[in-house]
Amino acid sequence: MNIHEYQAKELLRAYDVPVPEGKVADTVEGAVAAAKELPGPVWVVKAQIHAGGRGKGGGVKVCRDAQEVKTAAEAILGMQLVTRQTGPAGQKVKKIRVEQGTDIERELYLAVVLDRGAERLTVVASPDGGVDIEDVAEKYPERIFIRRLDGSHHIWPFQARQLLFGCGLQQRQIGRGAALIANLVRLCVEKDATQVEINPLVVDRQGTILALDAKMNFDESALNRHPDIAALDDPDERDPLERMAAEIGLNYVRLGGYVGTMVNGAGLAMATMDAIKQAGAEPANFLDAGGGANVEMIRKGFELMLSDPGVRGILINIFGGIVRCDMVAEGVIQAAKSLGLKLPLVIRMEGTNAEAARKLLDASGLNLFGASSMAEAARRIAELTKEARQ
Amino acid sequence: MSILIDENTRLLVQGITGREGMFHSKQMMEYGTNVVAGVTPGRGGQEALGVPVFDTVAEAVEKTWANASVIFVPAAASADSACEAAEAGIPLIVVITEHIPVLDMIRCKSYLAGLGAMLIGPNCPGIISPGKCKIGIQPGYIHKKGPIGLVSRSGTLTYEAVHQLSVNDIGQSTCIGMGGDPVPGLKYIDFLKLFRDDPETEAVCLIGEIGGDNEEKAAAYIRETRYPKPVFGFIAGLTAPPGKRMGHAGAIISGSKGRGEDKVAAMRAAGITVIDELGRFGEVVAAGLKR
Repeated sequence: MNIHEYQAKELLRAYDVPVPEGKVADTVEGAVAAAKELPGPVWVVKAQIHAGGRGKGGGVKVCRDAQEVKTAAEAILGMQLVTRQTGPAGQKVKKIRVEQGTDIERELYLAVVLDRGAERLTVVASPDGGVDIEDVAEKYPERIFIRRLDGSHHIWPFQARQLLFGCGLQQRQIGRGAALIANLVRLCVEKDATQVEINPLVVDRQGTILALDAKMNFDESALNRHPDIAALDDPDERDPLERMAAEIGLNYVRLGGYVGTMVNGAGLAMATMDAIKQAGAEPANFLDAGGGANVEMIRKGFELMLSDPGVRGILINIFGGIVRCDMVAEGVIQAAKSLGLKLPLVIRMEGTNAEAARKLLDASGLNLFGASSMAEAARRIAELTKEARQ
Repeated sequence: MSILIDENTRLLVQGITGREGMFHSKQMMEYGTNVVAGVTPGRGGQEALGVPVFDTVAEAVEKTWANASVIFVPAAASADSACEAAEAGIPLIVVITEHIPVLDMIRCKSYLAGLGAMLIGPNCPGIISPGKCKIGIQPGYIHKKGPIGLVSRSGTLTYEAVHQLSVNDIGQSTCIGMGGDPVPGLKYIDFLKLFRDDPETEAVCLIGEIGGDNEEKAAAYIRETRYPKPVFGFIAGLTAPPGKRMGHAGAIISGSKGRGEDKVAAMRAAGITVIDELGRFGEVVAAGLKR
């Protein structure tokens, strides 16, 4: 789960990581009032959306007086901000952070991230902050410093020193820098963050080290032990159908095509959308009804799939193991009847009681096609939806 | 032969008195698995499904000589349970539970490594040596005893593949779901080594998916060691968009990392027979074995 910059900065402050003074606002008046309460003479108005690259998209403005803050807030609040991470539709800006300007001497990069390959929390630092770190890694790999924590998520002071010297910090800044790194690690471990990225971490003209921006990601599996973090979730940042799915406990990802799919199990669901694509059609979604799908889940999954107006046909693929296919067939028949389904429906069921399921489906009077293999199911739904192809 | 489990496996179920633990213990017993004990703290002295329940794993091991454990406890307690099993000297631990925080798993793996315990999972269907022993939640009847070793990151996708093999009259030595999480216990390479040394296993199926680089590492291992047995591969999620988590916590393309096409390319470069269409999985393996 991602959070906004203003939320991340509040967390950093709670962990004794210095950040510029700032306030969040959701109106132009609020933004102007916030600027008046903050020390100047320069303020920065920043759009609060999860995607990166906000500055280039026009979501960050430097202001020299209250009028400029007002103009910037008017321009940014409510805008559809498009960045390299939002996709072409962009993301609507509902909140802005007004911040005291910082007199920047140097910009560094610092992050604590989960390195999946190494299976360790890892601290990454670079003297080249304020730019895309992946570019730095590609062009100047020698300017990226990486230190892995041990299996109990402990950082040794020497590791922090190596990182800070690598960034070219002076001796008198090492103590504070090491404390800052230790605090970031503590934040990750205590709050189950899998990424805390500060880009840039700046040294101002007074020699103070400050986090000028912050991006955080938290482990969704750990949210139930961190209600404070769970409360930071912004549902507006998610696709409305994906949000609905999360509420009813289904894994759903919208893909933009026209063949709705529902499958039990994530791996098989991915393989099913691949099969649809191979048959020449476009999957509308990924939908995992769970390894233990029941009648109720099937019905909810159906409703969800049909909420996507782009769907022109449906493919259901169930591998019955512990779950019985005849039970799933009941669910499908109930859902299709109660929703008055008009779209073409292809069902492929295999495994426990698949034969009984086929009989139920045949006798249901529904206009559906029962496929006996995955390949046949994909081919059939592609044929039935070919008018949707462009 | 088979790998890791067989008719000599003496299984302990941690969380045997819970709903899932009880249901699947019964299924495992019906399959023929020798379930010797259960552990539920506070329920020591009771019986469940005819086997004794203990408060601690140490006591269960002392009294019943359990040599494998399967964990059906809630996510928040699973890493702790796995560590308890390892500390009691259990050499093979299978964690079925989903949604275990990843930082817990790193700590847990680090603790287990110190004790030399092997971990399968979490968030997995388990391991089965057909006709001998089943540890997990797989539908036993779709399996068939035979020469194929199979390892996967998924549940129902594994069942689909196994089913197709069995329908094509190709049996399996051992099938493992290593789990869909970003930090799994044993990984492809660990299983490849075990299958290499198992005389009953004649060929291996690797079923992968997007996210991480375990498939690439497995392919590199096969190439570099000139792996002596034929390997068949399949990758799910070739059409998945980047940045979206596809159900499994580990199935996510981050930036340019974890893409399906790179995994397929790595497999092909290692001489693995890659199956493009899941619907033809059994057929392709059958044809490959005849050659």
